[in-house]
Amino acid sequence: MTQRQTAGGDVRLTGISKTYGSFTAVRPLDLTVPQGSFFALLGASGCGKTTTLRMIAGLEEATTGTVSLGGTDITGLPPYKRPVNTVFQSYALFPHLDVTENIAFGLRRRGIRSVKKQVGEMLELVQLGDFAHRKPHQLSGGQQQRVAVARALINHPQVLLLDEPLGALDLKLRRQMQLELKRIQTEVGITFIHVTHDQEEAMTMADTVAVMNGGRVEQLGAPADLYENPRTTFVANFLGTSNLIEGEVVSAGTKGAGTDIVVAAGGGRIRLSAGRCPAPVTSGGRLLVGVRPEKISLAHADEAESITDGRNRVTGRIVDSSFIGVSTQYVVESPAGKALQVYEQNIERDTRLVPGAEVVLHWNPAHTFGLDAGQPMDAGVESVEDAA
Amino acid sequence: MSVTDAPPAPDTGPEVRRPSTRRRLVPYWLLLPGILWLLVFFALPMVYQASTSVQTGSLEKGFEVTWHFRTYWDALADYYPQFIRSLLYAGSATLLCLLLGYPLAYLIAFRAGRWRGLVLVLVIAPFFTSFLIRTLAWKTILADGGAVVDVLDALHVLDVTSRLGWTENNRVLATPLAVVCGLTYNFLPFMILPLYTSLERIDGRLHEAAGDLYATPATTFRKVTFPLSMPGVVSGTLLTFIPASGDYVNAELLGSTDTKMVGSVIQSQFLRVLDYPTAAALSFILMAVVLLVVTVYIRRSGTEDLV
Amino acid sequence: MPVLRLLRRNLVVIAGLLTLAYMILPNVVVMVFSFNKPNGRFNYAWQRFSLDAWKDPCGVADLCGSLSLSLRIAFWATLGATVLGTMIAFALVRYRFRARGAINALIFLPMAMPEVVMAASLLTLFLNMGAELGFWTVLIAHIMFCLSFVVTAVKARVMSMDPRLEEAARDLYAGPLQTFLRVTLPIAAPGIAAGALLAFALSFDDFIITNFNAGSTVTFPMFVWGSAQRGTPVQINVIGTAMFVIAVAVVLLGQLIANRRKSRAGK
Repeated sequence: MTQRQTAGGDVRLTGISKTYGSFTAVRPLDLTVPQGSFFALLGASGCGKTTTLRMIAGLEEATTGTVSLGGTDITGLPPYKRPVNTVFQSYALFPHLDVTENIAFGLRRRGIRSVKKQVGEMLELVQLGDFAHRKPHQLSGGQQQRVAVARALINHPQVLLLDEPLGALDLKLRRQMQLELKRIQTEVGITFIHVTHDQEEAMTMADTVAVMNGGRVEQLGAPADLYENPRTTFVANFLGTSNLIEGEVVSAGTKGAGTDIVVAAGGGRIRLSAGRCPAPVTSGGRLLVGVRPEKISLAHADEAESITDGRNRVTGRIVDSSFIGVSTQYVVESPAGKALQVYEQNIERDTRLVPGAEVVLHWNPAHTFGLDAGQPMDAGVESVEDAA
Repeated sequence: MSVTDAPPAPDTGPEVRRPSTRRRLVPYWLLLPGILWLLVFFALPMVYQASTSVQTGSLEKGFEVTWHFRTYWDALADYYPQFIRSLLYAGSATLLCLLLGYPLAYLIAFRAGRWRGLVLVLVIAPFFTSFLIRTLAWKTILADGGAVVDVLDALHVLDVTSRLGWTENNRVLATPLAVVCGLTYNFLPFMILPLYTSLERIDGRLHEAAGDLYATPATTFRKVTFPLSMPGVVSGTLLTFIPASGDYVNAELLGSTDTKMVGSVIQSQFLRVLDYPTAAALSFILMAVVLLVVTVYIRRSGTEDLV
Repeated sequence: MPVLRLLRRNLVVIAGLLTLAYMILPNVVVMVFSFNKPNGRFNYAWQRFSLDAWKDPCGVADLCGSLSLSLRIAFWATLGATVLGTMIAFALVRYRFRARGAINALIFLPMAMPEVVMAASLLTLFLNMGAELGFWTVLIAHIMFCLSFVVTAVKARVMSMDPRLEEAARDLYAGPLQTFLRVTLPIAAPGIAAGALLAFALSFDDFIITNFNAGSTVTFPMFVWGSAQRGTPVQINVIGTAMFVIAVAVVLLGQLIANRRKSRAGK
């Protein structure tokens, strides 16, 4: 058996870019994916994430830059000489071969004769033992997906590339497969690079997420970090929902010293920790203040006195509410913003909170983040809808 | 872990890779033999034929290019009846093919159910017997005193067709009707298969949707089915009309000297009379007429994605 | 009236079946007349039942010779046209190159040209080159007019093929040649087979182009043509019937095997 698993296999992209004629799909970008990690490239369609993946696979020739794997430059190698395998979008299972031969394809091409044992193990891993002799068209979407994973994993690649692997599945199955892929990755310990437009999928599965937009990486980090501390409006809007409020800086605060930034917006004052604002702040300058909908509490205007001091508050009027089981989502019109989103857990519902009610929105200043006001406030908003 | 936008490219720029020359030449190597074949044995002969059509001379002394364009005029003056007849017969046969073929294509696409495969086989199967043998069979079917002629005669159909000039003296064989009947028969599969292909692509739910939106079956056909089958109608009529217009087998086997088509003339000028310039000129005129008809037809029907 | 309504509902079916009858009728006549014992040289009128022709299908001079010549020409023409046409189809679908429009036109035109025009012009070329008419000129002509049909058939199949399948093969350690042999060719095979079958049928049954370019060589359709002038032996009907029966049997057998395989795989 030719086990190809070797130690020390970071994927390193250096200045890699791709242009088609005058169109730039990927701008020169540097990226390192450590060995054994589950890495997600997240972005809307056309952001260059798939092209980046294909350059790692060798299916696309990079216009500039290099790809290296565990310190070896593989830029010039054709795909069939790279120790990298891909799970394709809509799987690309060979329609003329049965499940066994699909899975054994890579081994056979490398001249391995006795494939039975390995194929059997793989079928066990992806729980498809009974389907060895079916043709791809006789399998369900979820089963095809697992065959595609098995077909790639049996080669013990140093890196497994997944190109929107769950895109063709329905929501329930997608959830199930997310957990299963995560399980498999933990079991085999191979580096997974996963391309997706689904932010929830990226956050559920990956240790590290790179958010791509317009051919470049906007931000990279652990899912929770990206969610809590977005550095651009695109990331703030593309990952979940953000309420962005523009205001004037009253007090600039200082990082580290623990003094807060104070921003005047919508007739009130909003405080945020200086450590949570990556943008340069000057007194009198503009700043975007952001807060996630689930961090906000909603109180009827009559109860305004009962809100603890020190919390950020914004007044407004409910214009819309929708009940979705675990929570109720409110849209609030306020001087600070036309359509602020608030998600309230359905624990003790205040029956006065109906459209038309005057309310106060309040939240912990620690949950507030700041962004440079020089960027479009709605970047990344439409992209989510397009992708869905 | 790190991510940074790479520094702006220096003036010299990083090395930009281009696809290798060998890879870029692959399509040309794939195309070369086949295209060369078509150039030498299809396009080049057209050039030779064009040159032959303006030559004068005789078989004994040899032919020479004298730019003798009169040949075209003479050929047309001598053989215009055969030309008109060819277009007329081919046009009638095409129309008949459409009228006869559409119901059968529709039947296979929507009504045949589990018999679909069998009916398709039956449509294609006659192909496997040489078309000349099958055309000769029509001599038996349409023979004087045969069942077909007797029935048509008894129903007084032949009186009508004789008055129209399609048949003569209560016989069918050796009349225009026989030739058109043979042409229709021979090219029907060329009409049915494209019709079937485009009908088969129509989503059956469209019929239900039309019915749901208050269309009667007839309206559904006129407003939904037929327009959607247009690509099949266009390619079917072309695949029928083009070969029918140049055909001489049916005219020779089922017709008489009064039903000769232009194909017969070209064939006899080329192979028997050995008047090459006239034959070449006639062939060129036929080609021009057919290409003209095809171009106008494709333009008017608005389906240019036939190829 | 229920009968009338039934008729009207099934008008399409009735009209379609009548057309089908029209198409099948000559084959029935050919078959019936293969058992005829005609008076005189022509086999157009029924006389009496006889198995003579079936017992001695090659009993007419040159008939079986012309048949084997036609089969040989059809075989080589199919091979040539299929190889060349498949190559063109792949180039058209998979690559970018210059002069695509001109090449598409060159492939389309032979299909949009009356046969007699191609036949006459090709003969002019052969006469000008002083080529000796016979097997080779016929073969050249057949490859030429079959080529476009093969391209069309294969192109349709290759176009519907997911290019990711080949990428998947390359990703799974198959080099260019392996990718072609193990993935591309098997998946394109039905299209190539359809093109080849069409080429064989067209070549075997061609009369007009062959008649112009065969010289004194006689293929099977030319033999039939000649006999229509001199006298039609019953053996022609025997050959026609045999070809029909064999072809239908092969098709039905193929469908049967495909059905059985499908139902077995479904278990």
